[in-house]
Amino acid sequence: MTDATRVWRRAFLVLPLAGALAGGVHAETVVRYGISMADIPLTTGQPDRGAGAYQFTGHTLYDPLIAWEANVATRPGKLVPGLATEWKVDPKDNKVWRFTLRKGVKFHDGSEFTADAVLWNLDKVLNDKSAQFDAKQSAQVRPRIPSVASYRKVDDYTVEITTKDIDALFPYQLPWFLIGSPAQWDKLGRDWAKVATQPSGTGPFKLDKLVPRERADLVKNAGYWDKARIAKTDRIVLVPIPDAVTRTNALLNGQVDLIETPPPDMLPQLTARKFRIVQNVTPHVWPYHFSTQPGSPWLDIRVRKAANLAIDRDAIVKLLGGQAVAAKGQLDPSSTWFGHPSFDLKYDLPAARALMAQAGYTKANPLKAKVIIAQGGTGQMLSLPMNEYIQQSLAEINIQLEFEVVELETLYLHWRSGAKADMNAGKGITAINLGYVTADPFYALTRFAYGRYIAPNGVNWGGYANPVVDGEIDRIRASFDTKVQDKLLAQVHEHMVDDALMLWVVHDTQPHALSPKVKQFVQAQHWFQDLTTLGM
Amino acid sequence: MLGYLLRRLLYALPIALGVTLVSFTLVYIAPGDPLNAIAPADAPADVIESLKVTYGLDRPMPVRYGLWLARALQGDLGASIASGRSVAAEVMGAVGNTLRLASVAAAVGVTLGCVLGALAGYFARGWIDRFASALSVVGVSVPHYWLGLVLTIVFSIRLDWLPAMGAGPSGSGEWAWDEEHLRHLVLPAATLAVIPMGIITRTVRALVADTLSQEFVVALRARGLGSLAIFRHVARNVAPTVLAVGGLQVGYLMGGSILVETVFAWPGTGFLLNTAIFQRDIPLLQGTLLVLCLFFVALNLVVDVAQPWLDPRMARA
Repeated sequence: MTDATRVWRRAFLVLPLAGALAGGVHAETVVRYGISMADIPLTTGQPDRGAGAYQFTGHTLYDPLIAWEANVATRPGKLVPGLATEWKVDPKDNKVWRFTLRKGVKFHDGSEFTADAVLWNLDKVLNDKSAQFDAKQSAQVRPRIPSVASYRKVDDYTVEITTKDIDALFPYQLPWFLIGSPAQWDKLGRDWAKVATQPSGTGPFKLDKLVPRERADLVKNAGYWDKARIAKTDRIVLVPIPDAVTRTNALLNGQVDLIETPPPDMLPQLTARKFRIVQNVTPHVWPYHFSTQPGSPWLDIRVRKAANLAIDRDAIVKLLGGQAVAAKGQLDPSSTWFGHPSFDLKYDLPAARALMAQAGYTKANPLKAKVIIAQGGTGQMLSLPMNEYIQQSLAEINIQLEFEVVELETLYLHWRSGAKADMNAGKGITAINLGYVTADPFYALTRFAYGRYIAPNGVNWGGYANPVVDGEIDRIRASFDTKVQDKLLAQVHEHMVDDALMLWVVHDTQPHALSPKVKQFVQAQHWFQDLTTLGM
Repeated sequence: MLGYLLRRLLYALPIALGVTLVSFTLVYIAPGDPLNAIAPADAPADVIESLKVTYGLDRPMPVRYGLWLARALQGDLGASIASGRSVAAEVMGAVGNTLRLASVAAAVGVTLGCVLGALAGYFARGWIDRFASALSVVGVSVPHYWLGLVLTIVFSIRLDWLPAMGAGPSGSGEWAWDEEHLRHLVLPAATLAVIPMGIITRTVRALVADTLSQEFVVALRARGLGSLAIFRHVARNVAPTVLAVGGLQVGYLMGGSILVETVFAWPGTGFLLNTAIFQRDIPLLQGTLLVLCLFFVALNLVVDVAQPWLDPRMARA
């Protein structure tokens, strides 16, 4: 063998290896995420376990027609095009909405996204006569898209949805409605149990592996249609660890790289070990929702205002390890819909005592009220210590609170039934403590302030009825100009605060603890988070 | 023996039936709504009503119990309301995980309990007795949730020797008896083993000390039997009771490790029960309770059968 031949043979063997090292071979980046749920949320299309579950198996695997901008942290997000590039209301019939669908989008199984898929998915959750109807998915999303009356295909890339009434806020309902692949359901024998393990959406991640209650592996969808949202990590492993201490121990031990809601008393330990705490204002409020039914002690606005002035919210934030922000109303002041309420929620004991005295309550004649609270659960933060703090604070202004402590599931029953129901009024319950999601105009404002939604027709629990507010909400529903809508929504919020509809305490900040290995994570001001922003 | 076995099997049937009835009733009279597991908190009344019909919750309780029992007798435990998955598959997967944990914990706990108890009984009122008794009191009294957390802080966080949670690097579905998986088993098994260790130490100590004071042991010594031979006689006398207590402890470990499984996120029956209780997932709760009950009954049956083999006087009785 000549020297030249040897050189060529070596080059033949070595060059491919060098090429591979230079760019072809790439170690998979993996983020293991310890989530607070006891199980992986539903993967078939519409996640269960509330708004917080959408970030895990909702907007990762699937896309909605209209999406919520969840990859910005510095301001509240807004509605952005999803699988629909454009949506318009029919100028002749304001109940009809026309959606132009995105072309060239494929589901993970390779089938094409068209108008037929939109109709099929609407039937899946709204038409119990359809073959694909799934009661479980329907239960998740039907309450979130209450305005849909009918729908039809105009052409392969245009869909019309007709609402029950004129509802300009209808687009805000659509980030909840996710589109799955009809072809995959057919391919898997029309069996939703099989779809759960091999789901197919159009989202930025695909499900690679599902071990119920233990893990779900999401892998990057490199062919995702929105190039700005290609995942920064190759694989995200979701690990359900419901116990907060166990979750934090797993992070400290290196078994996971990121956790949600670390317990406040473990924050110093985490920060001392260089773990990063990321949090942001979240559309959530922890309030006492007052009954304004006849006979309720909270019927007097002076009492409601006094209660709001008697709480040192900064002390509660401290109790929560800084994982909250003091409330100034139903919404955080950074919200577009906060407005300029004249009633300032601050800690002012003399003013609170003066209001109580005006209302006729003294130390010798205190106001007595019963509040129903949960012992804990999602959205309830540190329920019992916080409630005890409120109890002690209100005692300072001659309000004696008595608690009826129940499990969260039971609390929901009391909530849905309304203050007037026998299970509440009959037992002397005149306020309820339940953490509220305040993500959009309906969830934040109208469901609590509109006279039409007084329970049991909705969750206006206390029976608040203000003709001015009702008029504003009617105008919002008929105003298709976003600026007009925002202005009116701010006015509704101003009325709610000025009427002291609730005792607002704090907003959750949904804290996350990140290992030093996790370099990138954008936490949106929402329950919807964009896991494509996670990067090592 | 066959008649004895059949009689015991017949006794087990009404026990299993009674457990299903009691647990079914208790779950239904407890406050809360199983539909909260699947419907959002603000779901309107019509959605709730249609779900009730879908899941058969609109029917009277005796009808629901009858239907459930009829299906269960055919081996169909239904589907979980919360996840839609087969209850039988969920429960059997969890039982497998708990069985691994409970068997290791029982083996460690029973062995340590027998050794410590025997030593304490043999050397009653000596320092070994005091040490073993103190250890057993700690084992019975210490809150296991707290012990699990302390062990995690020491061995997982401070020393970084062992994993803090989970049943393996890829989940329990890929379980193997290799070093990687066994490392996940050490802390929860050690935490759980403390319970049977404490109880069995106390039982064995009392039995050994009592047996050693009996006249037949004096007679054996008088006949010149050595310590080992006397120990065999003592052990034979002690064994049936230890077996009964040990059997009960294994049964408790199978179903009673909710807190420990939660602390270590171990995907067993305790973890499953915890989730089912909080979600009011009645089919899952019923299925898990039934399987655990049958397991307990089967375990007692094994103990009942083994006892006469160890002590023929029991068969005659």
